[in-house]
Amino acid sequence: MSTAAPLRRSLVTPTTLVLVALVVIAFCFLLQRFLFGLGAVANINPGYPWGIWVVVDVIIGTAFGCGGFAMALLVYIFNRGQYHPLMRPALLSGLFGYTLGGFAVIFDLGRYWQAYNLLLPWHAQLNSVMFEVALCVMAYVVVLWIEFSPAFLERWGFAAIKRVLDRWMFVIVALGVLLPTMHQSSLGSMLLVMEYRLSPLWFTLWLPALFVISALAMGYAVVMFEATVVSKTFSLPSEHALISKMSIVVGWITVAWLVLRFGDLFARNALPLAFIGSISVFLFWVENAMFLAAALVFITPAGRASQRASFLGAVALLAGGSLYRLDAYLIGYQPLNNWSYFPSVPELMVSIGVVALEVLLYLIFIKTLPVLHGDAARR
Amino acid sequence: MDATCNPDIDFEACLGPNPDEPVFGGLTRRQMLQFCAGIAATMGLSATAGVRMAEAATAPARPPVIWLHGQECTGCTESLLRSYHPTLEAILLDVISLDYHDTLCIGAGKQALDYKHAMMEKNKGKYVLVTEGGTPMKDGGIYCKVGGKTQVELIREAAEGAAAVIAIGSCAAWGGIQSADPNPTGAVGTHEVIPGKLVINIPGCPPSPYNFLSTVLYLLTFGRPPELDQQNRPKFAYGRLIHENCERRPHFDAGRFALEFGDEGHRQGFCLYKIGCKGPETYANCPSIGFGDVGFGSWPVGTGHPCFGCTEKETGFRKPLHALSTVKTLTPPTAFPQVDAAKGQGISTGAAAAVGVVGGLVVGAGAMLLKQMGDGKKSAPDETKERV
Amino acid sequence: MTEVDRRDFLRGAGFATAAAAVPIEASAAIARPPKQISPQAVGMLYDSTLCIGCKACVAACKEANKMPAEVPATLTGWNENTWDSAEDLSGRTLNVIKVYRNGTAEQKDHEINGFAFVKRHCLHCVDPSCVSVCPVGAMQKDAATGIVSYDPDVCIGCRYCVYGCPFGVPQFDFSSALGKIAKCEFCRHLQKDGKIPACCDVCPTGASLFGPVKELEREIERRTAAAPGTPYQFPRGKIGENRPPNAATIPTYVKGVYGEHEAGGTQVRYLAGVPFPKLGLPTVGRQSPASLSEGMQHTIYQWLIAPLVAFVGFAFLARRNLALHHDDDAPPSKEG
Repeated sequence: MSTAAPLRRSLVTPTTLVLVALVVIAFCFLLQRFLFGLGAVANINPGYPWGIWVVVDVIIGTAFGCGGFAMALLVYIFNRGQYHPLMRPALLSGLFGYTLGGFAVIFDLGRYWQAYNLLLPWHAQLNSVMFEVALCVMAYVVVLWIEFSPAFLERWGFAAIKRVLDRWMFVIVALGVLLPTMHQSSLGSMLLVMEYRLSPLWFTLWLPALFVISALAMGYAVVMFEATVVSKTFSLPSEHALISKMSIVVGWITVAWLVLRFGDLFARNALPLAFIGSISVFLFWVENAMFLAAALVFITPAGRASQRASFLGAVALLAGGSLYRLDAYLIGYQPLNNWSYFPSVPELMVSIGVVALEVLLYLIFIKTLPVLHGDAARR
Repeated sequence: MDATCNPDIDFEACLGPNPDEPVFGGLTRRQMLQFCAGIAATMGLSATAGVRMAEAATAPARPPVIWLHGQECTGCTESLLRSYHPTLEAILLDVISLDYHDTLCIGAGKQALDYKHAMMEKNKGKYVLVTEGGTPMKDGGIYCKVGGKTQVELIREAAEGAAAVIAIGSCAAWGGIQSADPNPTGAVGTHEVIPGKLVINIPGCPPSPYNFLSTVLYLLTFGRPPELDQQNRPKFAYGRLIHENCERRPHFDAGRFALEFGDEGHRQGFCLYKIGCKGPETYANCPSIGFGDVGFGSWPVGTGHPCFGCTEKETGFRKPLHALSTVKTLTPPTAFPQVDAAKGQGISTGAAAAVGVVGGLVVGAGAMLLKQMGDGKKSAPDETKERV
Repeated sequence: MTEVDRRDFLRGAGFATAAAAVPIEASAAIARPPKQISPQAVGMLYDSTLCIGCKACVAACKEANKMPAEVPATLTGWNENTWDSAEDLSGRTLNVIKVYRNGTAEQKDHEINGFAFVKRHCLHCVDPSCVSVCPVGAMQKDAATGIVSYDPDVCIGCRYCVYGCPFGVPQFDFSSALGKIAKCEFCRHLQKDGKIPACCDVCPTGASLFGPVKELEREIERRTAAAPGTPYQFPRGKIGENRPPNAATIPTYVKGVYGEHEAGGTQVRYLAGVPFPKLGLPTVGRQSPASLSEGMQHTIYQWLIAPLVAFVGFAFLARRNLALHHDDDAPPSKEG
């Protein structure tokens, strides 16, 4: 069985330089944010207290970080060892999705210097869904770093520590499956308090289930997407064989999501709303169409066999899942007192910068640490 | 003076010959034109109208005025006497021929009354009747008699031959102080004594003299009364609530009120609504023109006392001085947040551009990747150049 | 991104009501029991028909809470910080009066061709969403008085309270680098000295009336039972206090009291002569959102049973499967 190794490619390339530039721009705006306040940089307002920093960088960002969760479930819980080569890259994307999601929380918080209050037991407000999400995510970030640590330990030869870790890794893995299940579903539960402000097309008691199922599906989609992109851009052997075997699982998970969603809409008699013309209704259909397209690709043998179709299917699933979250939190959401919102340029540049940082760090890590597998990696 | 010239454009041209010679009982042409231009401005008329008024005022044939007093304090006459630019006596005696005035006429007793009757006969159908004071109607009107006749009879008699009737002061307009509860004499305004005839009301206690003077001059110049409201009050003076023109309105709008006489707010000149100002339900032009020609703020609220609504029948002498008034504003001020105002930033060009650029790059990169992918089952490494 | 046009908004509001009606049967099961109002709860009665829009309450609130003036961007041309003209609740405005206008806006408290005023601030809900959602407990509801208070020293600025309040009350001060959440706290700093909230204290007509909720409810009954046109002595300041009342007449009220049942009931109640949605008061169902959110959370996580069981299951499987794949990643080494 081939082992993992760093990708021997140059760190400084045109792409990484562009990414660095984007990150620097984002940091300039973040400096402005910290010096002059959120209002100086972002367009969030009384009607829209949460903008793209919360919804895209944190909520969608952590969903993109569910690669580790999805693969751990498949490889270690359902014992499909053949997918093991995809484990480390999945953990890596999970690592960055969550760590940078956490970083985005810090710069979005209005009183970030008091964030430690979340960890003080006498301030814990146990009824709050967000409290559970915050603690779960913090714990999961730690778990991810530990789960990923073998890559560091191998590279830098800490064999003894690695042995100890190996003994207790099963606890870490179990947490790595439990914690995302908890907080990704809670990201859906967070919307339950919005019962009078959320369109019935998105508001349902099944929100926790819909969020965690779509997060899981997005986790697989991210793994498929990144594996394909990396193998194409670095001219590495394709992982398509593994991906296409895995995608049948993804296909049926996506079908289950669609059945739950539309079944619930039908049972609540909310479907007629989906035929009233408006931007939010249009986006409702787009998000469902994306899920449907992905499902169709992955449950059909022809779709699974085609690299192109599989790639597009993964993209569609990621787009659908992201749009679902964007719609639930920002578009299906009905502000009071006629406020409207569109992110400002600095706000957008910060979000773009965070994504750029994620991609940049991913590239640096796969080039400096043993993440990718295959002999070609050592070329 | 040339009735068609415009003093705003060429004042001198409108003056006529010898503008600085005293001609009108001590007044010069210049002073007369200035006075009438001022009156025209008060009424919201053009400067040309002022010239016409000056002409009418100085025309040789001046209509006589019979001025009757009923239940009154003579305050309205006093108010008129305090018009200082120019001295009013000159105007009144030369603009209109004040043939009979209880207070101002020199004669007294039977002699004065006979003169009045003679003038009324001589100028039948041409004189202006001015009434000051209320008219008691109870018990046959015996509570106010002049020369043995009740005021009711006197007004009806005088109104028969009058070309126009003007009721000056709240007492003549709607009954005034004597009509306050329980109104033991049955005091009413002039228009209730002579219901068939148009009575122009100039309420106030007292009204500004210029409200009366302007109306009279307008009447003389144009031969008809100025635009009147439903209570036959000239709109130029009684068309707006005091609340709409009050100089303390910004304090009302900002919630700054005097709570007691002499407190900090009172000293700062805050709104007097909370100590009973009836400005919000009273129609008059007091804040605009003041009284006594002594400058800005020469009216009750300006001096620190709440308005008591002297022009309004439902308010003056009826509502307690310090009771809150009903705010009758027709429309709230425009600088008021609306329940449904749209707020927040829409899409800016920059943001749209940023989204467009990023979206384009992502789609482009995706398209490039897709090109390298096959539809088949082969998974051999591609021989493409390294890009990243 | 958010073109919620009028039609959409009104439809949404209507469907929110419809949707609120539909899941009540279904969600009643999962929602935890709603909180009950404390017997000593204090509240406010705002009677829109008495309000003359003088904004004394806005000015008094600013002064009592030491909040700075606010100038909206649209008015900066002529307003050089000499007037406070907030458009809405914000990080610096805890109380605002807004106007409803229709057509010619000539008659007060008329829906068509009329105008009316509405006062917006915290309604001090009986079962507050903000208290439920705050992760660090910065929002607290007093057990006796029911006043919902905010502690800026605990707050992390996550703004979930802003997002979750069904009435759009708490606001974050985005203009400051060290911003706080701001909302009406019923002048609790004055109440502890025996005084009453500044807005009720200064209101000239008694439109804002303070007092124990029980007594306010009786006052509401008296006003709504009397026929329109009946002369009435409207109390001012605090109900039962020795202040001279405002002598006026009972107006024609629209049916219902806003806040009686909304979101599980609030301690601030509204009477008006114009339908409440027209005044911008959101249409909110009877269920408190907090009871639904907490009910779901407790159902899933009660005593952490489900997570623990799942963890044990996962741990068991992971341990077994890891042992099977132990050497997958290890590079060829002496330890092997």
